[in-house]
Amino acid sequence: MTGEIALDARLRVERPGFALDLTLQAAPGEVIALLGPNGAGKSTALRALAGLLPLDGGRLALDGTVLADPAAELHVPAERRPVGVVFQDYLLFPHLSALDNVAFGLRCQGRPKAAARAEAAEWLDRLGLADHAGAKPRHLSGGQAQRVALGRALAVRPGLLLLDEPLAALDARTRLEVRAQLRRHLAAFEAVAVLVTHDPLDAMVLADRLVVIEDGREVQSGTPEQVARQPRTDYIARLVGLNLYQGVAAGHRLTLPGGVELVTADELSGPAFAAFPPAAVTLHPGRPHSSARNCWELTVHGLDLHGDRVRVELSGPLELAADLTPAAVHELDLALGRTVWATVKATQTRAYPA
Amino acid sequence: MTTSRTRSAAAAAAALAALTLAACSSSGSGSSAGGSAPSTGGASPALSGTVTVFAAASLQGTFTDLGKKFEAAHPGTKVTFNFNGSSTLAQSIVNGAPADVFAAASPATMKTVSDAKDTASEPKVFVRNTLEIAVPKGNPKHLASLKDLAAPGVKVALCAPQVPCGAAALTALKAGDVSLTPVTQEQDVKSALTKVELGEVDASVVYQTDVKADAGKVDGVDFPEAAKAVNDYPIADLAKAPNPAAAKAFVDFVESAQGQQVLTAAGFQQPAATGGSTAPAAGASAGASTAPSTSATAP
Amino acid sequence: MSPRASRNRVPVALLLPALLGLAFLVLPLVGLLIRAPWRALPQQLASAEVWEALRLSLSCATSATAVALVLGVPLAWLLARTEFPGRRLVRALVTLPLVLPPVVGGVALLLVLGRNGVVGRWLDSAFGLTLPFTTPGVVVAEAFVAMPFLVISVEGALRAADPRYEEAAATLGASPLTAFRRVTLPLIAPGVAAGAVLAWARALGEFGATITFAGNFPGRTQTMPLAVYLAMENDPQAAIALSLVLLAVSVAVLAGLRGRWLSPGGQA
Repeated sequence: MTGEIALDARLRVERPGFALDLTLQAAPGEVIALLGPNGAGKSTALRALAGLLPLDGGRLALDGTVLADPAAELHVPAERRPVGVVFQDYLLFPHLSALDNVAFGLRCQGRPKAAARAEAAEWLDRLGLADHAGAKPRHLSGGQAQRVALGRALAVRPGLLLLDEPLAALDARTRLEVRAQLRRHLAAFEAVAVLVTHDPLDAMVLADRLVVIEDGREVQSGTPEQVARQPRTDYIARLVGLNLYQGVAAGHRLTLPGGVELVTADELSGPAFAAFPPAAVTLHPGRPHSSARNCWELTVHGLDLHGDRVRVELSGPLELAADLTPAAVHELDLALGRTVWATVKATQTRAYPA
Repeated sequence: MTTSRTRSAAAAAAALAALTLAACSSSGSGSSAGGSAPSTGGASPALSGTVTVFAAASLQGTFTDLGKKFEAAHPGTKVTFNFNGSSTLAQSIVNGAPADVFAAASPATMKTVSDAKDTASEPKVFVRNTLEIAVPKGNPKHLASLKDLAAPGVKVALCAPQVPCGAAALTALKAGDVSLTPVTQEQDVKSALTKVELGEVDASVVYQTDVKADAGKVDGVDFPEAAKAVNDYPIADLAKAPNPAAAKAFVDFVESAQGQQVLTAAGFQQPAATGGSTAPAAGASAGASTAPSTSATAP
Repeated sequence: MSPRASRNRVPVALLLPALLGLAFLVLPLVGLLIRAPWRALPQQLASAEVWEALRLSLSCATSATAVALVLGVPLAWLLARTEFPGRRLVRALVTLPLVLPPVVGGVALLLVLGRNGVVGRWLDSAFGLTLPFTTPGVVVAEAFVAMPFLVISVEGALRAADPRYEEAAATLGASPLTAFRRVTLPLIAPGVAAGAVLAWARALGEFGATITFAGNFPGRTQTMPLAVYLAMENDPQAAIALSLVLLAVSVAVLAGLRGRWLSPGGQA
């Protein structure tokens, strides 16, 4: 993070049975992804930033201007915040053409109709939608609608761009394509962007920094690489596809709550995490004579084909996921209930303090 | 205990027997008594059942009273009324509404019914009604004549020319050579009077009887031209009457001394020539001077 | 259409009452046509009073609809989009004229807006304005009776419309009023139009409140229904002729809308 801070927020929202308490800071041009399971408070945070939801506590400042400060009874309403929002299902105005949707915000800023439309046309051109300027939203494909929504939010030149699950409404194929385009547009965007998603891949591709929230609180933040390599909760570990264990470290050994020991390459002491990717696991029909430091006898309780890989779920002294080729699965004659030996080299594990 | 119970049982049996007898006698004599006209006011035990009377709205007060007196004079009968604008009533009778007696506020509306051969006997004029100017209590605009109503700034409600009180008012205005544009032409005399009562208009031309019935709320102003527009009220029993004997008896009762007394007490006047035939032609009749002015509500 | 109709067998238990219901609704109109004095009709319709009453009916119903739109749409918005204590009560009061006999409405209007009414007295003394027995009085009476239809219809449309569009407009810098005008209103336009048509139809047929509050005077307050009623007093032929004109106008208006807003499959 550079020294300059554009977004400086401490968001506190209280609801019966739920409380959001989140600190967010971002430098100009930074893209932050709020990542978390459903009900974690991602959308609440977004609505609070947009001004659609009043804060119960904390403070929100953007580019040095205070937008919300409950202690001072300050709440700048949504329409007077320099904030653009791309909604989950876009919420393009159905009675307006793509062009007029993009021109809407400019008109609200007091721009004359012709000037607003000319500028909106430029935006559509930039987004590759010049041919669809006259189309009503119901005649646009999902990807086109997403781009119109992005253009509409960017046209008002916001100091903060919010994106709520920007790719969730798209089918898998469109998603890949739109994700790449969105990445380009976000990279070119000079102000702060905050995007909310429950998809780690979207978050990692699009964001400079991830903020993982659960139950209304930040549980981890960092660059996508940091978070992926060192997940701190089960949820992230599962999302990023790592086997994650928490225990107490002493030197190269991590003792898990059940008494099982894990040997790691890193040397630590005290509470710590250890993680390794499923591809680092090797399976054997009998007790192996390998140099691997970690070796357990486990039972197969799940087999799933993922692309050209088979994800094998194992249980026993510890829970483990292993990725194998279909050929290896066939060779090992793996089936549900089968007992196998799993080994992981210490050099392939990573340990970090909890 | 035992005796009293026996006695009450016996009384009940006697009452039952009396009822049965009465029922038998009434059904037995029904056919024979139907032809002989029962004398008015006297005991005519043959009458029973319901008499349905369609009467002009302006008769509501007096006829309700007469109905009760009739029921008292003829135990076993029940009088039900339908009070409405005469024209509306005439239309419903011609269109088959079940009624025994029709009392109209003008010969013209009665003519609608008699022309359709729906009257059982020749209609007879039983009372007459004179127009009067109704003004809000205290007569705030100091209106004293029909001409005063035509003054600028005076709001007047008349009855619509299609209903008898409106037609009569037009006759009076013509007789007085007064040209007047009302603010509204009300569908019946009661709503015209209500507009005065609420103070929404300064005056209305209605019947003396209406002013008298509403004495606490409006004042009346007599005017000489009213004599030129006296309304005759004809009554007749109807050809398709479900209860012809009682219908005839009710008509007779209205014309009896007792009936006339109730009507004149309410401000109606006795017809010019007694009994006999109607002059169904015009609302204005020649012998208007015979009627003594009974209303005295002018301030 | 036809293959679908043949696939759906109609049970007699439904068909019979359905046909009876149809006959019940249509027969009186057929009767009107049968009994119409066709030969005398041109002469009946030549009277200036007929056209005066028709002109008055159409202009008053249209004005009443305009009044209902200007006041009723914001009222519907208030009921659909805001929470305030007593909102349920206000809603019940708004719908009251739907169940109230129009005559009662007329009496109530007279007591409030009449020359001696609470508001009417003030209007008279402050502006020299009296409503009873005037053409604006007819508009007031009709709007009183017709507005609830519009409010109910628009409120329903507002409840069905996604309020998040208003949020989207807000994030683009639209004030609540701008969002309502440029986003919400276009979204609920079909509901507003349907409500306006209902209100207009109700105003055109309005009788009780009009005759009670605005009285009856040809050319000023005598609308078609009043003319029909009074003609029925002594000239049923004229009443039938007037009824035919009103019927023709109603059919023309419904046909003009081409069922666009009145068909059940139309927009919400």
